[in-house]
Amino acid sequence: MKLQIKNGRLIDPANNIDQVTDLFIADGRVVAIGNAPAEFAAEANNGAIGTIDARGYVVCPGLVDLAARLREPGYEYRATLESEMAAAAAGGVTSLACPPDTDPPLDEPGLVEMLKHRARLPEFAKVYPIGALTVKLEGKHITEMAELAEAGCVAFSHANVAILDTQVVLRAMQYAATFGFPVWLSAQDPYLARNGVAHDGEMAARLGLTGIPVVAETSALGTLLLLAQETGAQLHITRVSSAAGLEMIRLAREQGIKVSCDVTPNHLHLSDLDIGFFNPHARLDPPLRSLRDRDALRAGLASGVIDALCSDHTPVDDDAKLVPFGEAEPGATGLELLLPLALKWGEEMKLPLLDTLAKVTSNPARLLGIEAGTLSVGAPADVCIFDPQSEFRVSRENLKSQGKNSPFLGQMLSGRVRYTLIDGVLAHDGSWH
Amino acid sequence: MNTTNPQLNKHGELQHLLTIEGLPRDIITRILDTAAPFTELAHQEEKKLPLLRGKSVFNLFFENSTRTRTTFEIAAKRLSADVINLNINTSSTAKGETLLDTVDNLAAMQADMFVVRHATSGAPFLIAQHLASTNQNHIRVVNAGDGQHAHPTQGLLDMYTIRHYKKDFTNLTVAIIGDILHSRVARSQIHALTTLGVPEIRAIAPKTLLPTAAERMGVKVFHDMAEGLKGVDVVMMLRLQNERMQGALLPSPQEYFKNYGLTPEKLALAKPDAIVMHPGPMNRGVEIDSAVADGGQAVILPQVTFGIAVRMAVMSMLAGN
Repeated sequence: MKLQIKNGRLIDPANNIDQVTDLFIADGRVVAIGNAPAEFAAEANNGAIGTIDARGYVVCPGLVDLAARLREPGYEYRATLESEMAAAAAGGVTSLACPPDTDPPLDEPGLVEMLKHRARLPEFAKVYPIGALTVKLEGKHITEMAELAEAGCVAFSHANVAILDTQVVLRAMQYAATFGFPVWLSAQDPYLARNGVAHDGEMAARLGLTGIPVVAETSALGTLLLLAQETGAQLHITRVSSAAGLEMIRLAREQGIKVSCDVTPNHLHLSDLDIGFFNPHARLDPPLRSLRDRDALRAGLASGVIDALCSDHTPVDDDAKLVPFGEAEPGATGLELLLPLALKWGEEMKLPLLDTLAKVTSNPARLLGIEAGTLSVGAPADVCIFDPQSEFRVSRENLKSQGKNSPFLGQMLSGRVRYTLIDGVLAHDGSWH
Repeated sequence: MNTTNPQLNKHGELQHLLTIEGLPRDIITRILDTAAPFTELAHQEEKKLPLLRGKSVFNLFFENSTRTRTTFEIAAKRLSADVINLNINTSSTAKGETLLDTVDNLAAMQADMFVVRHATSGAPFLIAQHLASTNQNHIRVVNAGDGQHAHPTQGLLDMYTIRHYKKDFTNLTVAIIGDILHSRVARSQIHALTTLGVPEIRAIAPKTLLPTAAERMGVKVFHDMAEGLKGVDVVMMLRLQNERMQGALLPSPQEYFKNYGLTPEKLALAKPDAIVMHPGPMNRGVEIDSAVADGGQAVILPQVTFGIAVRMAVMSMLAGN
């Protein structure tokens, strides 16, 4: 199977390419950029070569998402692999990492193998499970990380569940570092965040919402950074939310601590003010913080202190959101909004498109250590073709994800995905829009 | 969604009463003006007016309250409404019914007004937004206290009381004392006082009972009660819930009373004609000394009486009178 993507603006951040040119795909891999290879020229007229006219579109590597909850196993009433894979393809996401907070958590090789097996269809995004760092995410016993890695886990995390026992964190980091596995942790002190539902600022004070102070993030972060320094573990902080937290990560890196981090588009574009009159879609974990924090995160992603942008895709059913703010389940759907919200951020920051796309392609691929996020010759043909001009309204009807929970509902965004290819297979065709 | 306050319609008229924040001064004043003649009603032989005749008012109390529910009930009955009381924490939600299912069921019983008390901040907003999105905008919602967010009728009756005794808001110094962090009453008072032009609002409490961003709400924070009480015209005490003693917020009722309880000695630091208010129920010996609670400066019982008139005013205005 051969495919030629013609006349698109090809952007490949990993190779610093941004030019109008053709992309040639054969047997699921990129075989050439620019001039047709001999095998294409020979078959040019016999109809064996498919073509996609990408004139006016951007052709870039399929997006790599560091956090997408597929809700399998255990929470199928919120989403299924089928619904969320359709959402991924519609969002141009071709590789995704899923956090271990399923039910049961991803703490056994069998569960990981089952998930990988369920997700093996060619039009499905490639799934990279993040294994549970401790058994049942209870924070007590470390998991069989080497076995889990063999089953397909690329890193180990504790999702949004705090580990109370710091000795367990130390041991887990030491053990992971033994094998060179990255450890992904969220930084939030569960005691300081107790009962909290919103950033501890003026908005929480006015609305009578229990606050989660910034110090809940920074104090936990301080502990994690010191333990990473002590153990030499490769630490990845998931979903940094505050300016102060970000500054700690920057300084830690300067001191040689091996730490990376990510942020969500929600936290780049919104603040606690967006809670408005108790909008449950603005109930997120970590909470939306102040405008000052938001601006620091926007700048931090641009400067590279934050490595990647991830959707933190969390489908929540309507019943869990149609309740008073404080009772609403945290989280927002995100797979289909990752690209448009990345583009919006990049445009507002006046960044070259290539730099913007690096945050959702080559950078997250590097963090996962996977062969993805680039259109290098020989790489898997995971491709996202989008129309940077085409606007659409975020609406329940437009979202393929089973989760319709988005704080961006009703907003106009641009950057509609026209085609998504996974290993050269057409996984999404939005060209009829 | 959730970006505009559903309590005002597009003409700026009162649709629901959900919070005092953002309520224009003239609406607050109109509510207080409307309440004034209702206070006379209590002294008449015939206490009823026909303003809500034929209307059904549902008291939806998801959290226990005797006093507030009773005053709303009396207010509605004096306006000739049919009143239905539901204590829902003991009925349907225990059976697993969601808040909005309960609302839809009661709406199907031709309710005209919901008076809602809920333990979670924002619950009455959710109900008002739901009614709007299901084309049931004719049903009015009155917030009778939601979580730690707002208790607008309490705030309004407090303003009525202050206006009754002090006439003018624009030359007053008002102190609010106690558990401001957890108090929906304090939030409503602060917004009302600010809107009505009170030049100085003081919040007196230990740091554990103040929101982090208290000053951003327009109050001057004091931790020393003696200093905070100096020269004030109005002393507004807050109720201290017993459960606050259980965590790490306060060491003991005794120590709290010593530092933040209102005694005759401390009250003497305020202006000689200062009035003392309390939303009730009082914890004598915890936040207020009996000598003050029963003393000549206390206006705590008139607050209760005015509360009925103010709630009548709110309901009658919402019903279109």
